[in-house]
Amino acid sequence: MVYPDRNKTTRSSIQWLALFAVLLFLLTACGDDIWNSPYPAAEAQQNIFYSAFSLRPKHLDPARSYSSNEVVFTGQIYEPPLQYHYLKRPYTLIPLTATEVPRPYFEDSQGRRLPSDAPTEQIAYSVYEIHIQPGIRYQPHPAFARDASGQALYLELTARDLAGIDQLSDFPQTGSRELVAADYVYQIKRLAHPKLHSPIYGLMAEYIVGLRDYARTLSEVVKGWKGDDQARHFLNLHDYPLAGVEVVDRYTYRIRLQGRYPQFVYWLAMPFFAPLPVEADRFYSQPGMQAKNLTLDWYPVGTGPYMLTVNNPNRKMVMMRNPHFHGESYPQEGESGDEAKGLLKDAGRPLPFIDKVIFSLEKEDIPTWNKFLQGYYDASGISSDSFDQAIQVSGQGEAGLTDAMRAKGIHLSTGVAASTYYMGFNMRDPVVGGLSEKARKLRQAISIAVDYDEFISIFLNGRGIPAQGPLPPGITGYQGGRAGVNPYVYEWVGDEKNGKLKRKSITEAKRLLAEAGYPEGRDIVTGKPLIIHLDATGGGPDDKARFDWLRKQFAKIDLQLDIRSTDYNRFQEKMLKGTAQLFQWGWNADYPDPENFFFLLYGPNAKAGKNGENAANYENPEFDRLFGQMKNMPNGPRRLKLIRQMVEIVQRDAPWIWGLHPKKFSLYHAWLHNVKPNDMANNTLKYKRIDPRLRAQKRREWNRPVIWPLVLTAVLLVLAFIPALMLYRRKLHSRGLH
Amino acid sequence: MLAYIVRRSLYAIPILIGVNLLTFWLFFVVNSPDDMARMQLGQKRVTPEAIEKWKAERGYDKPLLFNSEAPGLASLTHTIFFEKSVRLFVFDFGSADDGRDIAHDIQQRMFPSLALAIPVFLVGLLLNISIALIIAFFRATYIDHMGVILSVMLMSISALFYIIGGQFLVSKLLHLVPISGYEGGWSAIKFLILPVLVGVVGGIGAGTRWYRTIFLEEINKDYVRTARAKGLAERVVLFKHVLKNAMIPILTGVVVTIPLLFMGSLITESFFGIPGLGSYTIDAIRAQDFAIVRSMVFLGSVLYILGLLLTDLSYTLVDPRVRLS
Repeated sequence: MVYPDRNKTTRSSIQWLALFAVLLFLLTACGDDIWNSPYPAAEAQQNIFYSAFSLRPKHLDPARSYSSNEVVFTGQIYEPPLQYHYLKRPYTLIPLTATEVPRPYFEDSQGRRLPSDAPTEQIAYSVYEIHIQPGIRYQPHPAFARDASGQALYLELTARDLAGIDQLSDFPQTGSRELVAADYVYQIKRLAHPKLHSPIYGLMAEYIVGLRDYARTLSEVVKGWKGDDQARHFLNLHDYPLAGVEVVDRYTYRIRLQGRYPQFVYWLAMPFFAPLPVEADRFYSQPGMQAKNLTLDWYPVGTGPYMLTVNNPNRKMVMMRNPHFHGESYPQEGESGDEAKGLLKDAGRPLPFIDKVIFSLEKEDIPTWNKFLQGYYDASGISSDSFDQAIQVSGQGEAGLTDAMRAKGIHLSTGVAASTYYMGFNMRDPVVGGLSEKARKLRQAISIAVDYDEFISIFLNGRGIPAQGPLPPGITGYQGGRAGVNPYVYEWVGDEKNGKLKRKSITEAKRLLAEAGYPEGRDIVTGKPLIIHLDATGGGPDDKARFDWLRKQFAKIDLQLDIRSTDYNRFQEKMLKGTAQLFQWGWNADYPDPENFFFLLYGPNAKAGKNGENAANYENPEFDRLFGQMKNMPNGPRRLKLIRQMVEIVQRDAPWIWGLHPKKFSLYHAWLHNVKPNDMANNTLKYKRIDPRLRAQKRREWNRPVIWPLVLTAVLLVLAFIPALMLYRRKLHSRGLH
Repeated sequence: MLAYIVRRSLYAIPILIGVNLLTFWLFFVVNSPDDMARMQLGQKRVTPEAIEKWKAERGYDKPLLFNSEAPGLASLTHTIFFEKSVRLFVFDFGSADDGRDIAHDIQQRMFPSLALAIPVFLVGLLLNISIALIIAFFRATYIDHMGVILSVMLMSISALFYIIGGQFLVSKLLHLVPISGYEGGWSAIKFLILPVLVGVVGGIGAGTRWYRTIFLEEINKDYVRTARAKGLAERVVLFKHVLKNAMIPILTGVVVTIPLLFMGSLITESFFGIPGLGSYTIDAIRAQDFAIVRSMVFLGSVLYILGLLLTDLSYTLVDPRVRLS
C-alpha cells in the first residue's frame, strides 16, 4: 500500500492558503469601488433618475391606459392639450400643447350660438375649439421613417420583413413629423374603436356627439373582416368621419358635446385625449407585429419630454429624453411657501432636467427599501415594514423623519391624497338602507361607533385623516377645520383656530341606536340581537386583525358584526346584484371637481341593476336634483353653496361611514430636487432635477465593501477542517478493524 | 427503447388532456369569463357592453364544456375548453388576455430562469453529494453527528429566511453584491451570485441528509465490504463504488427535476428581481389570465412527463441490468 507523502500534502495546503491570501488581498485592494451597485459603473455620474415599479403596466395605449401604474409612463410620453400646474393649489389647468385653456361656447338645438351665461336647459351643445401650438414634433419612431423619395419605409411590411426584428430599436431608421390637430381627432375616434375597449368610451359616448353611432359603424366594419384577415386589416379612422369631432385647420380641432359638461376640460388633461399619429396605428397594425409584442400597448409614440426606449416589463423600462421635445420651462410661481421650500429655484429653466429614467422591476418591498437606503433609488414610498425605521411621530402627533434618515440627508414629503376610503351601506337593504328616520339613525350610530381615527392610528401609522364627507382635500368644496365638521359624527372642541375634532361619544351612538329601534343592540319588536353583515374581500392574516378590530367597533354599541369574507370576483357579483349589506370601497379622483365624488352617490348611477359607480345604491331625490344643477355649473359662490348643501344631505343620510383620506408619505434623497406631491398631474417627471455628483459621492460613502467577515469565515472553515483532516489521516493510517 | 419512448409519449396524451381539464375546471370554479373581462378592462367605468364585447372577441362568450345549442360534434368543439385547449397540443400558446404573445414571453423569461436554476442545481448537487460522502466517510464520529444536527437545523429554516437573511448580510451589511436586479449577458453574474448562494445554502440541509441516507444504505452492502477487503482506499470505495451504486436513487430524484428547472423559482425570482418564468404563472393567476395559466400548466406537465421519461432512460445508463421494454 502506498501512503501519501505528508510533506507534499502540507506543501500543497500551504500553496493553496497563499493563493487564497493573495486573492483576498486583491479583493481588499479594490475597496474603493462599489460592488453592490445594480447599475453599470459608467452610469455613476450620469443624469439618470432611478425608480422602481412593482406591477407590469398592462396598457400604454392612451385609449386604454387608466391605472396609476400606467400613467407613470404614459404621462411623460403623451401630451394631451392641457396639464395641471405643478405647484399651484388648488389644482389649476394650464395649456400643454394647446395655446390656451379652451372655453366652450354653447349652441341651442338649432345650432344657434348662445351667450356664455345661457341657462343649462337651453344649451343643446357645448363646443370646445382647441388650438395647438405649431412646431411640436413627435419623438423619433420607425413609423415616420421615409426614404429619400419620401416613401414610408416601414408601413408596408410583411411578416417576413420582421425577421430579426424583436424590438422597436431593431428598426435601423426612424423619423418624425409635426404634430397636427388631426392627430388629436384620430385619438378621440380611437376611443370608440371596437377592439380597444377604452374605459372611458361609455362615459364619452354620452357627451361627444355621434360617438355611439361611430362605434356602431366601426363595429360593422370589423364584423365584416373574416378570420385571419383581422390581423391584416388596418382601420384608418380618418376614412370614417365622426360627427362631433372635426379638424378645423392644421392646428385647430373642434369637439361638440351634448348639453353642458364643464368637467370635460379636465379630461383634456388626461392621456385619453393625447394625439395619436395615424402612421403609428398603421405601423403597429401590420402582420407579425403583435406576435413580437410590437404594439402601441408596448411602445407608445408621443411628443412629450420622454420616450420609452426599452420596454421589458419583466426587468426594466427605460425612458430617454425626447430629442424633439418642443420645450417648456419650469413654473415661475407656486403657492405660498413653495419659494421657502426651494421649489422655485429652477423657475424659468428649460425642462426636462433629467436625461434618462430607469424603472426597475421590484416585486418585494424589502429589496426596494434597502436599495433606496443604499442610494440606488432616488425616491421611495414607505411600506408598513419600514415605517418605524423611517418615521417617528412626535408627542403632538406630527410625523417626522428618524435620526437615521436625517443623518443620510433624506427628506420627507407628505400630502393628503385626493381619495376617499369608506364603508358603504347598501341603501336597498331592508335593515340599514332607506331614507327613513329609523334607518338613518341606525347608520349614524354605526358611523360614530366605527372609530376611523383609531383605525388610522393602528393600521396606517397615522397616514390618513378622518373623512367628514365624500370630498377629500384639494377638491373644490372641501372644507377643513370647524366649518368642515360632520356634525352627525364629530364635534369641534376648542376655539376656531386651535380646536380639534372629537368623535361623538358611544353614549350618543347608543342613544341613536335606541331611537332607531335597537336598544342595547336588540330589535325592540322581536328582541333579537341585530347582526350586521359586512362583505369584504381578503381573509389573510393582515385582514384578520382588521376584521377583529371592526367587530370590536360594532360591539361597542352592542351590535354583532358578521364578516363574510370573499374573493374580489364574488364581491363584485354581490355588489352588482345589490345583495351586500355593508361593504368597504374607495375612490381616487380623476379630476379635482366635486362631481367626480358626488356622482358616486347619484341615484341614477346605482351599481345594482344599473352597473353605475354608486355602490351604496343611494337615492335621495333632493341630492339628485342638486347634483343635476351643480354638475353643470361653473365654479363660483352659487356652485359652492350647492356643494355645501349636498355635503350636508349626505352627512345626515350617512349612506357611507365616512372613512378616511389617505396621507401619502414619500422619501427622497438630498440629490433629488423639486419634489412636490401632485395628485392630479401625471407628467411631473420633467420638473424633477437630480445632482448626480452628490449621488455618486453618497453611494460610494454608503456602500464600501466590507471584506473582513469573508476572511474570517474562510479562516474558520479552514480551522474547522483541521480536525476532520486529522481524523481522516488517522483513519487512513489505521491498520486494524474499528 | 424507441418503442418504449413512443409508448410513453402516447400515454402522455390522456394525462395532458386530464391536466388541461383539471386546470380548466379549477380556474373557472374561481373565475367566470365576466371576472376575467373586468380584470382586463379595469375597475373603473366598465360597462356591461364592454364586458360582453371583450368576451365575444376572445371566445369567452361560449359555454364552458358543452354547447347544447350546437349540433353533433360541434356541441363539444364550440366550447371554451376545446377552443382554448386543442392548440396547446401543437405548442401554439396563442396570446395572453391582454394581447401579448405567450410564446414570446416564455422565450424571453426562460433564460433568466435557467441562469439561476442551473447553477443552483449543479453546485447544489455537487456540494450536497460531496458533503454527504464526507459525512458517510466519517460515519459514527462527531463529524457525522454534527453534520446531521446541522443539516436538520438548515432544513428547519424557511427559504424566505435564507433570502432575506442573505440579502441583509451579504448585500446590505457587507455591500458585496447587489440586493436585487438582473442584466443580460455576463453582467448577470453579479446579480446571480447571491441568489445562487442562497439557493445552494438553503438546499444543503435537506440534500445532505437525503444523500447521506442513500450512501449509508449502500455502505453496508457486501460489495463494499469486498472492496475494502481488497485493500482499496476508503476514498476509492466511496467515490468509485458507493457513488456509482447509489446512482439509481439519486437519479430518481434528480433527473425528473432537470426539465422543471426551466419553470423557474417563484420566491427567489420575486425577491431578487430576476425576470424568469417563476413569477409568470403566479402573475397570470393574479391577473386571471387563463391563457397564460393553461399554457404554463400544460408546459409544466409536458416537462414533468419528459423528466419521468428521462429518469427511466437514465436508469439504463447507470444500471446495465435495467431493460426498457
